[in-house]
Amino acid sequence: MSVMPPILDSASNLTLSAEDNGVILSAQNITKIFPGTVALDDVSFNVYKGKVNVLIGENGAGKSTLMKILAGVERPTHGKIQLDGRDIHLKSPLDATRLGIGIIYQELNLCANLSVMDNIYLAREIRKNGLIAQKQEKQQTTELINRLEQKIDPDTLVGDLRIGQQQIVEIAKALAQDVRILIMDEPTSALSASEVEVLFRVIRELKSRGVAIIYISHKLEELLQIGDFITVLRDGKKVAEAEASKVNVSWLIENMVGRNPAALFTRKERQLGNILLKVEELTLPRPGGGYILDHISFELRAGEILGFYGLMGAGRSDLVDCLAGAKPQTSGKVWLNGELVVTKTISERIQSGFVLVPEDRQKFGLVQTLSVMDNMLLASLKNYLKGVFLAHKKEKESTAHQIKELSIRVANSQQPITSLSGGNQQKVVVAKGLLTHPKVLLLDEPTRGIDVGAKSEIFEIMNRLAGQGYGVVFVSSELKEILAMSDRILVMSKGAITGEFTHSEATEGKLVAASAVGHGPLSGNKPQGTGK
Amino acid sequence: MNSANVNRSRSLTITDIQQFLLRGRAFIALILVLIVFTSLAPQFLSPENIVIMSKHVAINALLAIGMTFIILTGGIDLSVGSIVGLTAMIAGGLINEGIILPQFGIIAYPHTWLIVVISLALGTLMGAISGFIITRFNVAPFIATLGMLYVARGFAGLRNNGYTFANIVGKPELGNTGFEILGAGSFLGINYSIWIMGIFALVAYIVTTRLPFGRHVYSIGGNERAAELSGVRLARTKIIVYSISGFCSAMVGLIIASQLVAAHPATGDSFELNAIAAVVLGGTSLAGGRGSIGGTLIGAFVIGVLGDGLVMLGVSSFWQQVIKGAVIVFAVIIDQVQARMQEKIALQKQQAIK
Repeated sequence: MSVMPPILDSASNLTLSAEDNGVILSAQNITKIFPGTVALDDVSFNVYKGKVNVLIGENGAGKSTLMKILAGVERPTHGKIQLDGRDIHLKSPLDATRLGIGIIYQELNLCANLSVMDNIYLAREIRKNGLIAQKQEKQQTTELINRLEQKIDPDTLVGDLRIGQQQIVEIAKALAQDVRILIMDEPTSALSASEVEVLFRVIRELKSRGVAIIYISHKLEELLQIGDFITVLRDGKKVAEAEASKVNVSWLIENMVGRNPAALFTRKERQLGNILLKVEELTLPRPGGGYILDHISFELRAGEILGFYGLMGAGRSDLVDCLAGAKPQTSGKVWLNGELVVTKTISERIQSGFVLVPEDRQKFGLVQTLSVMDNMLLASLKNYLKGVFLAHKKEKESTAHQIKELSIRVANSQQPITSLSGGNQQKVVVAKGLLTHPKVLLLDEPTRGIDVGAKSEIFEIMNRLAGQGYGVVFVSSELKEILAMSDRILVMSKGAITGEFTHSEATEGKLVAASAVGHGPLSGNKPQGTGK
Repeated sequence: MNSANVNRSRSLTITDIQQFLLRGRAFIALILVLIVFTSLAPQFLSPENIVIMSKHVAINALLAIGMTFIILTGGIDLSVGSIVGLTAMIAGGLINEGIILPQFGIIAYPHTWLIVVISLALGTLMGAISGFIITRFNVAPFIATLGMLYVARGFAGLRNNGYTFANIVGKPELGNTGFEILGAGSFLGINYSIWIMGIFALVAYIVTTRLPFGRHVYSIGGNERAAELSGVRLARTKIIVYSISGFCSAMVGLIIASQLVAAHPATGDSFELNAIAAVVLGGTSLAGGRGSIGGTLIGAFVIGVLGDGLVMLGVSSFWQQVIKGAVIVFAVIIDQVQARMQEKIALQKQQAIK
């Protein structure tokens, strides 16, 4: 065993006041700087004992970063964290666990190759004479699962479970730890209405035992139902704090969105052309049952920006992936310019005129080891062949043209792609797509992780491309952006289209309501969209 | 899991049979190989031949057991063959030359038992060094162990300038005799090396199925990030895993040196490939997280029996290589087919419930 780092400072600087008002954990003046962005800017956040402390904000507001700091995954650039009035220094998730801070991650962190029971007790195995006490683990796992009112065999492999059941396992894993503080990041995103009810019962039970809950969710009604204290983050700053009983949904939205930055993005009125893309009954089954895409049908006209809105996991990204040919197991029909598209592979789809700007720029959009130019030409290299060799001059010309066209700020097209800011990297990905001479642009969260200035430039480019007759599919989780930019908006929930709105009839409320269809217990009494 | 299946539909469907054949494929392959060779060469299953084959299998199986741990974490160890050679040379040197202590002007001849312990410790240390380099400096296991492959082989040659330590039986007056017993001795008529294989396999089986450590190994191979976030100590677990492989390699080095009563610097050359082949044949996924010691053992038997059988039939050594290579690739193809089928069946079952 290595020497344990001091994670708890001595009790000398114990402040009594913290204990009195029920604050168990407090983050004070936390700043977190990532290269290029300030994720958190001087944020203070109190966690009250036996309460549900809600953290809300739009995507990129800094919720997840704050939560990761509290769980020891990330370390703050500035600021301190106090537990019971004592400074703590979390260097790893293990430190947080030792202090009784548990976390349920949004992206599931389970080992698919292990059983439910093995996952729940991973790294905390119950031992008897050095061996794993399998009987006892099994019995306790059964108890935990019963407490969550589920029917899951402890011996099933986690990989064989539905996503919702996996989420339950993740929750059971946290419960098995006897935590004092439990962080839940979007715990209900994959749960059905009845499972959410059960989760809420468990949360209330934990509250009554004095466990402090930090709860992060996008589902506003749900937050008001279960939350006690609400903290709103926006652009890395704390903008509001209130008791849940004193606020309503519109207060939440107002504070989350703030001044309406949609004014920054102006959509130009355009004349729409003929039907460019027609999709009929696009279906993608989910391994383990159900659908990732549930019989999707829609049309896209030339020169149209078609927005797709939905919660995480609604299937928007899968839809554009399917159109780009990245999911060969899809069924359904796609017409482009009235011709049935029969191609299946990505390269053939690019040939037909589909191009995807993927959601995760770093992982799927760029080759980090290559230069700006090499990245930009990667998808259209065969246009630069002279015999069997690459025509260097032609490559340079093309690159220079795109750099100018999209005003990409680079000193030199040979410089490494990693030296560019996020916004400029994104423009390189867009340029790469445009060089394949596409007809339909599939933009998956094109503004994620880039600053406001770069965002408006991306929107400017989208406007121009639509004006030139491209069909643009614009997937985004940012309500105001999608409202500002789209000629028409389709809302997806659980793999199906749950709402369709023209630019003039769409409002934030309508989109949020449609995106929650089939999700929470409260979604039933909200106005529902058209479609499936 | 399977029993639930059978209960629901008593009648065996074709997919059930396919599944059964695919799952037990390594075992079926072993039986097939045995049947074929016995029919072609009647003396194949004679007691003497079984003993010889088992001794060959034991060596590969020991290496494959260590390798299984590593491959379960998603890693690879290319250095096992070289560590076999190095430990053989170290043990041979200690017996024939002892430890020279110039400052005292004496030569110490350690007892045979101590030599065994020193050799095993050295092999373990070599493995631990690979593990440390992999975890501390974030070097890919392939590269780190490739480096170790060369370094260990180099030291094996340096130990006696490329010469063999011959006749390593020790001298009674020095009290270091008996090393050859490890290779030649037997208990209940079964060679020690086979006993050692059995014991190692049993211990490894218990470790992988019943100890927290084993579960951590599987979890790292399945989802390293999730394992880390759950509190599994990645670095420690990986270093132990590579140490286990080093230990197994050292054991093999001792057994071979003892069987030959000589230590040659090229001992164990390319053994790592046989070990990897046995692990893969046994159904362990090179991506990590899936596999078992039992499978590895069967895989080692298939490779060993196949090799010896082909020799007995007088197949040329070049054809032996061709056949071995084809069998390995074929096994992995079947593995992929099975994985895809299982996915499909799971999907169908889910949809049947809905």
